[in-house]
Amino acid sequence: MTLIDDPVTRTPTLDLTSVAPQTRRKLRGAHRGSMFNLVGALTAGFCISMLLELLTALSGPLGLVIVAYLAFIAVYGVLVFLSDDGPAVRDAVMTLLMASCAVLAFGALGLVVVFTIARGWAALVHLNFYTQDMSRAGPLSPLTVGGMGHALVGTLWMVGIAVVLTVPIGLVAAIYLDVSRSRPATTFRTAVEAMTALPSILAGLFIYAAWILAFGFGRSGLAAALALSVMMLPYIIRAADLALRLVPGNLREAAAALGAPGWRGEMQVVVPTARSGLATAVILGIARAIGEASPVLLTAGFTTYMNANPLNGPMVSLPLETLKLVQAGVPAYTSRAFGCASFLLLVVIALFLVARKVGGWGPGHLSRRGQRRVIEASARDVARFERKGQVVAAPRSVPSMTIAEAGS
Amino acid sequence: MTTTVPSRATDDTRKPPAKRRITAVPGTGDRVFLGLTRTSGLVVLGIFAAIGVFLTIQAWPAIRTAKFSFLTTQAWEPDIHHFGIAGILPDTIFIALVAVVIAIPISLGLSLFISEVAPQHIKRVLVSLVDLMAAVPSVVYGLWAFFFLEGRTVGIARWLSTWFGWIPIFHVNGSNPTNPSESSSLYTASTFVAGIAVSLMVIPILTSVMRESFSQAPLGEREGAYALGATRWGMVRSVVLPFGKGGIIGGTMLGLGRALGETIVVLLIISPVFTINTHILQSGGNSVSFLIANLVSESSKFGISALMAAGLALFAMTLIINFSASAVVARSRSGAESDG
Repeated sequence: MTLIDDPVTRTPTLDLTSVAPQTRRKLRGAHRGSMFNLVGALTAGFCISMLLELLTALSGPLGLVIVAYLAFIAVYGVLVFLSDDGPAVRDAVMTLLMASCAVLAFGALGLVVVFTIARGWAALVHLNFYTQDMSRAGPLSPLTVGGMGHALVGTLWMVGIAVVLTVPIGLVAAIYLDVSRSRPATTFRTAVEAMTALPSILAGLFIYAAWILAFGFGRSGLAAALALSVMMLPYIIRAADLALRLVPGNLREAAAALGAPGWRGEMQVVVPTARSGLATAVILGIARAIGEASPVLLTAGFTTYMNANPLNGPMVSLPLETLKLVQAGVPAYTSRAFGCASFLLLVVIALFLVARKVGGWGPGHLSRRGQRRVIEASARDVARFERKGQVVAAPRSVPSMTIAEAGS
Repeated sequence: MTTTVPSRATDDTRKPPAKRRITAVPGTGDRVFLGLTRTSGLVVLGIFAAIGVFLTIQAWPAIRTAKFSFLTTQAWEPDIHHFGIAGILPDTIFIALVAVVIAIPISLGLSLFISEVAPQHIKRVLVSLVDLMAAVPSVVYGLWAFFFLEGRTVGIARWLSTWFGWIPIFHVNGSNPTNPSESSSLYTASTFVAGIAVSLMVIPILTSVMRESFSQAPLGEREGAYALGATRWGMVRSVVLPFGKGGIIGGTMLGLGRALGETIVVLLIISPVFTINTHILQSGGNSVSFLIANLVSESSKFGISALMAAGLALFAMTLIINFSASAVVARSRSGAESDG
């Protein structure tokens, strides 16, 4: 009784010559069809809005853009629907909406930057704009007289003092958040996060209430620096805390496993590893503080004269100078205000580029010099051990067996 | 030859070993280190507390004089003891609400675009652009709003008030849609314009909180949704948005807190009124920070005390909002530490 009539096993032969060579399918990027849809819809939307403009006279260019955009979305949906089904249409339209949110937000940012710098360029090109103060520049003086030198000096003093005050205490507080996993630390973290959104005018009002009204000091650069510090502190703590939290946990564990006490592990492993993140935190804190006008508004007073002494007399910072110039409402002052604002903007952008460069290195990244420093330190450690009479193999040159034998 | 299995059933009466208490005694160095860092934490907390304390001390004379009427009076004449924040606080909230209502959809789209759509190498650039947006000085936004935005929004404001004027908040008193040469000053200096400018400043806050919470949606669930045939939007709707709910709510509240205290933009745009103005398109509005910034240098001693009271109210309001926001965000956050 056999189940199979023919007991011979045959393997199916694969005729490779008959199989067409396969091309790899493109999984990422835009297909040609969807690009056609996009371009077609864009054109259609534009045309529809122009047509409506001719027929009905929409109010202004903004209305035109809005109508064009709505028509663009609708046409794009219809085009996708020609080839795909419901869920794919929804996906395509929603992706388009997300992308247009990005275009809108970054477009607005670009518009703000370009508009400010374009209006400020006239003032920025004069050298006296950076060196002179406003004491001799009346509302009718040309841009070749007077400048924002006094505000520049004021900003440098205020931000400088604020950095000196906040960076050490902010970084140590962030380290506290990192080492202590206790309940008070968690509450502290929540408090810091809540304080990052403290209205900056209240930082100024606080220093006004405490420093000026209660302690009786006058308005000065120092008072403004204190107000900026109150505003900056939570930013720095929060950003530094985030940087420290990015340090891989197993580095900490490795330090503990090698017998390092907690503080040595923190200071010699975690903090150096997060160095670039901490630097970024400080730079971003400075960028934030440089542009704040409202804490300075209540505490620094206002002057058109150069004042290089932060302890005495009113002092102006760049954003405050900008604000006061605009509020004067005189055309010549307005273009000076745009000059100040675009200078501020350029400084902030420059700080950001620096932060991106520094922060671009992940935790633990070492430059070539840093690597050399580590190797030298390691060699010094070996020398120290040998002086103490311990038998230690030189790093790298000896296989690891010897180290194990030396230990036993 | 039999195999005997050792039986434990009979003599297994002993208790399971008591759980060892693991105690770690920190060394001197550790204790000193923790003490030092804790001190700096306490100093920072002390500064935060001092804000409330000093504002309260300085505001006390005004609060004692005005008592409960401080919360109900719609006027600001402290020198004849007739002042209150009933007209100012709602206007502050209106500006913040307009800003947040504009910012929510844009930030949602932007953060979803960054976390779900944008390719990896663009993502980092976009994230730092969002950070840059947050760091652009508020006075720059103020200048832009004053010289660029204000004139260009009149069309929208007029259109809204013409067609949606029957909704109370869009109504503009004295507007006449049939008059083509109607003055545009009815529509400038309004809560709406200030709200648009402030929305630009809160978009980065909302976006970064939302993006962070979206990117934490677990990979397994994402892949599960794809495996069941979901499109990207289907996956976002069924996985990313539900997981990011805490981030959306928390980010919005943080943005609201920030928008409530914005000073410079409001200072440049708004023309002040001291009564509640519920028509957001109509010229005139107010905010607590505007009041403080504008009046501190020209107030009497008692007037300053009244301003301190207004500041205290703003402080209390933002603190409540921010604390609940960070509590919401913290609860939705998982994985405090990364493993590399």
